Amino acid sequence: MPKNKPKVKEHRIERDWCKGCGICVHFCPKNVLDLDNEKKVMAARPEDCICCRLCQFRCPDLAIEVVCED
Amino acid sequence: MSVRDYLRERFFPHMWCPGCGHGTVLNALLRAVEKLGLDKSEIVMVSGIGCSARISGYVDFHTMHTIHGRALAFATGIKMSRPELSVLVPMGDGDALAIGGNHFLHAARRNIDLTAIIMNNRIYGMTGGQFSPLTGYGCFGTTAPYGSVDHSFDLVELSTSAGASFVARSTTYHVIELAGIIEKAIAHRGFSVVEVMSQCPTNFGRRNQAGSAVEMLETYRKQTVPLDSEAAQTSPEKIRRGVFVEKKRPEYTEAYEEMIRSATGES
Ligand SMILES: Cc1ncc(C[n+]2csc(CCOP(=O)(O)OP(=O)(O)O)c2C)c(N)n1
Ligand code: SF4
Ligand code: SF4
Ligand code: SF4
Repeated sequence: MPKNKPKVKEHRIERDWCKGCGICVHFCPKNVLDLDNEKKVMAARPEDCICCRLCQFRCPDLAIEVVCED
Repeated sequence: MSVRDYLRERFFPHMWCPGCGHGTVLNALLRAVEKLGLDKSEIVMVSGIGCSARISGYVDFHTMHTIHGRALAFATGIKMSRPELSVLVPMGDGDALAIGGNHFLHAARRNIDLTAIIMNNRIYGMTGGQFSPLTGYGCFGTTAPYGSVDHSFDLVELSTSAGASFVARSTTYHVIELAGIIEKAIAHRGFSVVEVMSQCPTNFGRRNQAGSAVEMLETYRKQTVPLDSEAAQTSPEKIRRGVFVEKKRPEYTEAYEEMIRSATGES
C-alpha cells in the first residue's frame, strides 16, 4: 500500500520565544509560514505543509513545533 | 522523551540575538541526545565563556559553566573521575582555539573521550566583535578595522593532525546532517570534534556585509559541499562538510585504568 503523505495537525508556536528572525519563513519549501505584524511567526497556509519539520529544526529559538498525524 | 524535556524552559526566551546560529546548534544537539536515548543524568555539559558557552545554561543535564578557554580542562577532570558519563564540551572559536588552543591540542592528542562542539561564528561575539583565529584574512572585526592580516586555522586539519579520532564539519543550515553528525560524535569513543559554522549576524555579519541571518544561511548553503560529492572535486574553493575522520585509537581514560591495573598487579 502506498504510504500516505504526512498530514499536519498543528503548528505549535511559542510566541514569547519567537524573535522574528524569519529563518523558518524563508526556508520553508512550501511557503507555509509568515511573520505577523508583531514579527512573530504564524502558519498562514497550513494546508500546504508537508511536515518536513525543517522550520522546527532550523529555529534558533525552539519556538516552532510541527505536530503531524502519524 | 521529547526534546523539550531536555530544556530548562524557565530560562526561555534565551539570551541569544535574533537569528543567532548558536540556538540552532542547541536545537540539533538536543535532537541528537534524544535519538541516542541518553538519560539527562548520564550527560555532563561543560562550557567556558562566550555567547556559545551560554548553551550550558539551557540544557537540563549536569552542567558546568566554567572559565574562558578552560572548558576542556574541567571536562578532562570530570571524565577521568567518571568515565562512564558522556561529556559534551561546546565552545566558541575564540574559547576553543585562541585562549583555549593549548587545551584543545592536548585533549585531541590524548584522545580522551569528550565531544568538542566548536560553534564557529568566526568572531568574539560576546565581547563585541574582536577577531578570532577563525575570522580569516581580510575580514573585519573591532580589532581589525581595516581587515585582518591573520590567516585562519583549518579546524578539520588541525584536529586531525593533533590526533582527534572523530572530526566533522557541518553548518546551521544543514540541520539534519548536523544532528546526525553530533549523534555520531557523542557515540564515538575518543576525542570527537564537530565544527559547526554558526552565524553571528550581530558581530560578524554586520561588520562583514554578510547580511541577515537568513542571508548568512544562504551563504552556508552555497559555499559548502559534502566532502564525498562531485562538487567537492569540481569546486575545490568551497568548504567541505561531513565526517572527515572516524577511527579507532586507544582512549585516554581506558589507557589510564589499564596502567593502574598493571601497576597494582591486578590484571
Ligand atoms: C580569561 C578571560 N579573558 C577574556 C575574557 C573576555 N571574553 C569573554 S567571551 C570572549 C570571547 C568570546 O568569543 P568566542 O569564544 O568565539 O564565543 P562567542 O561569543 O563568539 O560565541 C572573551 C575574550 C574572559 N571572560 N576571560
Ligand atoms: S525561526 Fe524561530 S525565531 Fe525565527 S521567525 Fe521562525 S519561529 Fe520565530
Ligand atoms: S514542516 Fe516543512 S512545510 Fe511545514 S511549515 Fe515547516 S518547513 Fe514548511
Ligand atoms: S552577539 Fe553574535 S554570537 Fe552573540 S548572541 Fe548575538 S548573534 Fe549570537
